[in-house]
Amino acid sequence: MTARVAIQHQDFELSVEIAALRLGDARVGAVCSFVGTVRDRNEGDAVATLELEHYPGMTEKSIEAMIDAAMARFDIYAARVVHRVGLLQPMDQIVLVAVTSAHRGESFQACEFLMDYLKTQAPFWKKEVTPAGARWVDARVSDDAALARWGLPAPTA
Amino acid sequence: MKVNIRYFASIREAVGQGSEQRETASLTLAALRDELLALSPAHAQALARGKPVRMALDQLMSDESALLHEGCEVAFFPPVTGG
Repeated sequence: MTARVAIQHQDFELSVEIAALRLGDARVGAVCSFVGTVRDRNEGDAVATLELEHYPGMTEKSIEAMIDAAMARFDIYAARVVHRVGLLQPMDQIVLVAVTSAHRGESFQACEFLMDYLKTQAPFWKKEVTPAGARWVDARVSDDAALARWGLPAPTA
Repeated sequence: MKVNIRYFASIREAVGQGSEQRETASLTLAALRDELLALSPAHAQALARGKPVRMALDQLMSDESALLHEGCEVAFFPPVTGG
């Protein structure tokens, strides 16, 4: 069985990740995945590159805890989160969340739950380069609202 | 007691360093933040109250009431923007 969490510079391959997640588990009837990619615009400005910083150690621990929470809340069999760090370009893949379950509803929900959780709790920070220079990306209030849908409090301001 | 302090992203840049070790008498994250605010203009700007500063103690998101201990790891960073 592969690790549940990977923080890496290199790209990932969705089909390989999903094959590994379902490997040998005949209970699985549904696989749901989300892939986040780098957009070429943000806040109206062209984005040339995106650099991702993270907090080694805490990142892995926090995502492991999110997967534990998802396993406790939803009837799912396995979950995998891959998040890239370092310098990325528009159209690059940034993040993968994949979940398996017997029926689709649970894996759809768990996948969205994990993404909402990750957006607001996992210690990653994006810095984008635009024609006006480099800037840190601001956190979105809508991400906190997404977390609240699951009955989870937003991080303290 | 000895505490290991780490800074990330915009707060790391504002403080001008990624980490520092301090001998402190502060018992809570709030007291340690006060101590750091008085340390330099860069610290004061980076950690100013009213700014959205997140804190972690031993790699767990924490609020200012969290209690420090010998050898603990404290981190200050802006709201996260991964995913």
